[in-house]
Amino acid sequence: MQPDAHLLIRKGRVLDPAAGRDEVADVLVENGRLSRIGASLDAPGAELIDAEGLWVLPGLVDGCIRLSEPGGACTGSIASETRAAAAGGITHLGGLPDTDPVMDNAAVVQLVYEQAEKAGFARILPMGALTHQLEGEHLAEMHTLHQAGCVAFTNAGYPTTDALVLKRCLEYAANFDLPVVFRPQEAALTGNGCAHDGRIATHLGLPGVPVDAETVAVARDLELVQATGVRAHFHQISAAASLRLLRDARERGLPVTADVSIHHLLLNEHALEGFNSLCHIQPPLRHDRDRQALLEAVADGTLDVICSQHTPLGSSARLAPLPETRPGISGLDTLLPLLLHLVERGELPLERALDAVTAAPARCLGRPAGRLEPGHAASLCLVDPEPRRIPGEDWLSAGRNSPWLETELPGVVRLTVCEGKVTWLSD
Amino acid sequence: MTTEPPSSEVQLTPGGRLRHFLAIENLPRSLLTEILDTAAGFVSVGDRSVKNVPLLRGKTSVNLFFEPSTRTRTTFELAAKRLSADVLNMDIAHSATSKGESLLDMLRNLEAMASDLFVVRHADSGAAHFIARHVTPNVAIINAGDGRHAHPTQAMLDMYTIRHYKGGFEGLTVAIVGDVLHSRVARSQINALLTLGAEEVRVIAPRTLLPADVEALGARVFTELEPGLRDADVVMALRLQRERMQSALLPSEGEFYRLYGLNEDRLRHAHPQAIVMHPGPMNRGVEIDSGLADGERSVILHQVTFGIAVRMAVMSMCVSGQESGEV
Repeated sequence: MQPDAHLLIRKGRVLDPAAGRDEVADVLVENGRLSRIGASLDAPGAELIDAEGLWVLPGLVDGCIRLSEPGGACTGSIASETRAAAAGGITHLGGLPDTDPVMDNAAVVQLVYEQAEKAGFARILPMGALTHQLEGEHLAEMHTLHQAGCVAFTNAGYPTTDALVLKRCLEYAANFDLPVVFRPQEAALTGNGCAHDGRIATHLGLPGVPVDAETVAVARDLELVQATGVRAHFHQISAAASLRLLRDARERGLPVTADVSIHHLLLNEHALEGFNSLCHIQPPLRHDRDRQALLEAVADGTLDVICSQHTPLGSSARLAPLPETRPGISGLDTLLPLLLHLVERGELPLERALDAVTAAPARCLGRPAGRLEPGHAASLCLVDPEPRRIPGEDWLSAGRNSPWLETELPGVVRLTVCEGKVTWLSD
Repeated sequence: MTTEPPSSEVQLTPGGRLRHFLAIENLPRSLLTEILDTAAGFVSVGDRSVKNVPLLRGKTSVNLFFEPSTRTRTTFELAAKRLSADVLNMDIAHSATSKGESLLDMLRNLEAMASDLFVVRHADSGAAHFIARHVTPNVAIINAGDGRHAHPTQAMLDMYTIRHYKGGFEGLTVAIVGDVLHSRVARSQINALLTLGAEEVRVIAPRTLLPADVEALGARVFTELEPGLRDADVVMALRLQRERMQSALLPSEGEFYRLYGLNEDRLRHAHPQAIVMHPGPMNRGVEIDSGLADGERSVILHQVTFGIAVRMAVMSMCVSGQESGEV
């Protein structure tokens, strides 16, 4: 276990979207707490870090990742993946319950907490299963999961086909004032689809996932949110048509937030050309019109959060014809570089982009993270925005399933502090 | 971003020679014409008393059929034997991949047996492409049908048949009728026809059997049979799988026949000299009337004969492309 950090970070550009802060200042961390932000601070005994030309950001919060432990489809370990997170400036990770055994009981929640604690690289915020075994048939023991420390309930990528069961789940979940995370995809309309049901799927002969597989689910889920009053977060919106439903729900005053993966903001259906299974993800990459609409929705706040949709997979998961490969991209190593890449391309304003990976996801999960708030345990990162690097050259996640391994991207994380401990330091 | 090279790049040598045959899309017209011309030289081999030529003597061709097929496999086997190659039939349904051996491990084993040519049929779109990208460089891959994606040798034997009866492709209107959504044959036919310069390619099907953005394939779309057939020079039926009824794409075979089934009467809307084709195996009385299938306009049995010559052409061209030493 690292000792509590005692640092004076000098003359960095301090960017804290939640506080509207963007100024050159010193940041003092004393005994693990962020004690002050201001000009020309002095702190005898603190380790001095010259941050001139660097950015001081709140630690990033990646809202929903697939956990590598226990069991399940993902490769690596909680230690390997949280280390990749720390190197990427990420301090808090929402962990989905589709582990094996499923996170529908306190023992698994406990194990996830302990493994993260032992590794000491990042805080995992576990999400409990909404239904027993994620089977969509019986309620999970949500009170127990809440007591064990779950921050949300979700059925992850598993369908909740029975509307009555889902409604009961939401009613029950509403007792705990925790959000329910929906991953909207109507199973029957999705079928065995593995690509956006459009031009590229037609050319390649790949079974398609139509846009209505998402909108039908979003529409149904929103009606049940209204009926039950539960707080809802929609994970991985992919289609422009869903945005209309979300905006309408917001106007009706429903407590709804939503996220989009960084990959859906950068890529469209054409990424699958040549049967490129590295870009096989669910929901699929859609038409470029959708991509542009998603970007606008992030800019105007309809989509609160940008996530990495981190799904680290072993190499054998990809050694098959595309429809047989497991969908997903290992995303922790590239969340921040890709975000800076989007900003650099002028597709997203910096402040909103940073908010979408710091304060906004923390707010959606109801956690006090993603902010530079004096008086609290320090979670921050120090980023040099200038240098460019090839992510694959110092990749840390155990899953190398990413289309970005060989792409030169901006930004290097020099230092990460998570809840008062230094979790990453590079030279 | 890491991208995959387009199939045209994977299947050609830097000098533009064929080394794998995976899909028609993006291949140049000159290459398709070369396949047809090469096939023309092989058609007569079947009429000789000694029905083989020594082009692939000492080579081994492996039929890797992950999906059951009798006729396509048989014609590939005949084509290889007429080129004097040794032929190995792998019936995968009963072999190791069903016992958990991975596709790649099986391929490594076959490579170790010094095979020269894999003829692959697989239920997944992109399977042949995947194998071509992962197999050792000196083995040629021929796609004998991958999922809904492509069936390029079928399309080329159809092109051979059309050229044989129509003299060429300029000015031709070709109508493809039936289950375009699930058809690898239709995709390859459309690509081949447009590359070879057909005037108009039409697809005729109910909405449930048309893929999204089907216009993007370059075909004109009709949901009614008769306007779609009007003045067509070539009418190609597609096979209708019985399972389409179970998956709520069609109400019944009978209703499909009433709306889209080809018969003499409906063919009156097409050009008087129109020919009728079918990739086989036919469902008589579902997509095509028995009388029409056996009638004067039908060239269906000739397609089968030409199929062997076209497959000989593709096999010999691929092996020779591999042997050219260009990587």
